[in-house]
Amino acid sequence: MGATGLAIQLAFVVAAALFIFGLKLLGSAATARKGNLLSAVGMLLAIVAALIDQGIVEFQWILVGMVVGGVIGAATARLVQMTSMPEMVALFNGFGGMASLLVGAAALGAGDSNTFILVTIVLSILIGGLTFTGSLVAYGKLSEKIGSGAVTFSGQQIVNSLLVLAILASAVMFCLQPENSQWLYAIIALSLLFGIMAVIPIGGADMPVVISLLNSYSGLAACAAGFAINNNILIVAGSLVGASGIILTQIMCKAMNRSLSNVLFSGFGSVSSAETVVEGEIKPISVEDAFYVLEAATSVAIVPGYGMAVAQAQHVVKELCELLEENGCEVNFGIHPVAGRMPGHMNVLLAEADVPYDQLLEMDEINPRMETVDVAIVIGANDVVNPAAREVESSPIYGMPVINVDKARTVFVLKRSMASGFAGIENPLFYKENTRMLFGDAKESIGGLIREFS
Amino acid sequence: MEAVFLTFILMLSIFLGFELINKVPATLHTPLMSGANAISGITVVGAISLAGTGQHDMAQWLGAAAVALATINVVGGYMVTDRMLAMFKKRGK
Repeated sequence: MGATGLAIQLAFVVAAALFIFGLKLLGSAATARKGNLLSAVGMLLAIVAALIDQGIVEFQWILVGMVVGGVIGAATARLVQMTSMPEMVALFNGFGGMASLLVGAAALGAGDSNTFILVTIVLSILIGGLTFTGSLVAYGKLSEKIGSGAVTFSGQQIVNSLLVLAILASAVMFCLQPENSQWLYAIIALSLLFGIMAVIPIGGADMPVVISLLNSYSGLAACAAGFAINNNILIVAGSLVGASGIILTQIMCKAMNRSLSNVLFSGFGSVSSAETVVEGEIKPISVEDAFYVLEAATSVAIVPGYGMAVAQAQHVVKELCELLEENGCEVNFGIHPVAGRMPGHMNVLLAEADVPYDQLLEMDEINPRMETVDVAIVIGANDVVNPAAREVESSPIYGMPVINVDKARTVFVLKRSMASGFAGIENPLFYKENTRMLFGDAKESIGGLIREFS
Repeated sequence: MEAVFLTFILMLSIFLGFELINKVPATLHTPLMSGANAISGITVVGAISLAGTGQHDMAQWLGAAAVALATINVVGGYMVTDRMLAMFKKRGK
C-alpha cells in the first residue's frame, strides 16, 4: 500500500467515524441537523478519497454521472412536498439498490474472482435488484399511480417458492461457471421479478413496514457490494443503514401487533374480517356545534392520520391549534407509530406547519392523559384509534396498541363519509356514546371551525 | 483471511447500528430514514473506482450509471433530510 493508498484508507476511517457520530446526534431533535451535516461531510470525504485513487485514470464519466445524479437529487429534494415524502424515500431506496446491482455486476469483470467474491457479487445483485423493483412498486402504490391494494392470486406462494428456487439454482450455477454470463443475466432478471412479486401482495396500510424493510435492503445491498469490491467503508456504512431499517421495521410491526412474516406473506385484504356487532348509532355534529364544545374545552388532543396528509390539512390544524391556545386551552398531538405511510410521517407534516416537536406526544405519553382530555379530535385516522383492538377479541386488529381517544370526554371524528377504512374493519369508536362525527373534507371542516373562532 | 476480517467489520457495525438507532425518537424517524438513505449512497465510492478505469468496457459504463444513481441518493438524501430537520422547532421559538 503506497502513501496514497494509506491516505485513502485513513480517510475512510474518518468518514466512518463521521457517519457514526452523525447518527448519534440524530438521537435528539435539537442536534439532529448538525448530525446530518456531519454525516454529509463524511460522505464528501469518502468521495474525495475515492477520487484520488491511482487506479482512476479517466474522470469524465465519473463527472457526468455525478452532475446528472446531483442535479436530479437536488431538484427532487427541493421540490418534493412533505406529504409525498414516503414516495420519494421509496424511489431513492430503489436507486440505491440499482446502484449496488450495477456495482456488483461491474465488479465481476474488474477483480479476481474466488468463490467468496462470486457469492457476494450474487448477493449484491440479488438484494440490489429486488430493492430496485420492490421500491418501484412501493413508489407506484404510495403515489397511487397503481392501485394501492394488496394484489393476491391463487398459487402465489407456489410461484414465489419456484422463483426462490430458480434464483438459488442460478446462483449456484453462476458460482460454478462465472465465465458463462447467461447465469448472471438470469440472476438479474429473477431478482428484478422477485422484487415485484414480494411487494404486490402488500397493501397500502402496511407501507410503513415495506419502506423500512426496503431501506434496510438498500443498505445491505451496499454492504454486499462492499464485500464484492473489497471496500471497508461500503460495509460499515451499508450495515449501519441495514441495522437502521431493521429497527424501524420492528417498531412498525410491533405497532401493528403483527409479525414481519404476516405482513410480508399475507395481504391485509385476505384477513378474514370477523362479524362485529356494533351497538349504538352514528351521531353527526355540525361545525357550529363542534365550535361551542371546543370553545368550552380546556384540554384538547389531536390525533392525525393519513387522511390529514391526503387533505393537506396540517396548516389549518396548526391554525386551529393556535386559536384554541389563545382561548386558554391546552393542545397536544397524539402520534401513533404507524399513522401515515412511513415511520414519523405525521411528525414531519406537523413540523412543516410549525407545530413545535415537544407538542407531539407518542402513543405511550398521550394514553395515560386521555381521561383528562375534554375533546379528542381524530383527523383522518381510523385503525390507530379503533377501540376494537382493545375490546373485541375476534377483531383482526385485536391486540394492536391504539390511541385510546374513546376515553376522552368527547371525541370528534373528522371523516369524509362512513365508508370503512383501508383495512375494511368496522370501527366501534364511531358508535360510542361520546363520539360525534364531523363529516366532510378535513381541511374544510377545520377551516369552518377557524371561521367560527374569529 | 480477508473474508473473515471483512465479516468481523460487518458484525461490529451492525451491532453499533442497532445501539445508535434504538436511541432515535419516533419524532425523527422520517429524517432518520432519508438520512440513512443518503448514507446508503456510499455505493458511489465503489462506483467511482469502476467508472474511472479508462477501459471503455461494459464495467465502466455500468460504473458510470451507478455513480449517477448513487449520487441521486447522496445529494437528494442529505438535502431533503436537512430541509426536514430545519422545520423541527421547540415550543416558544
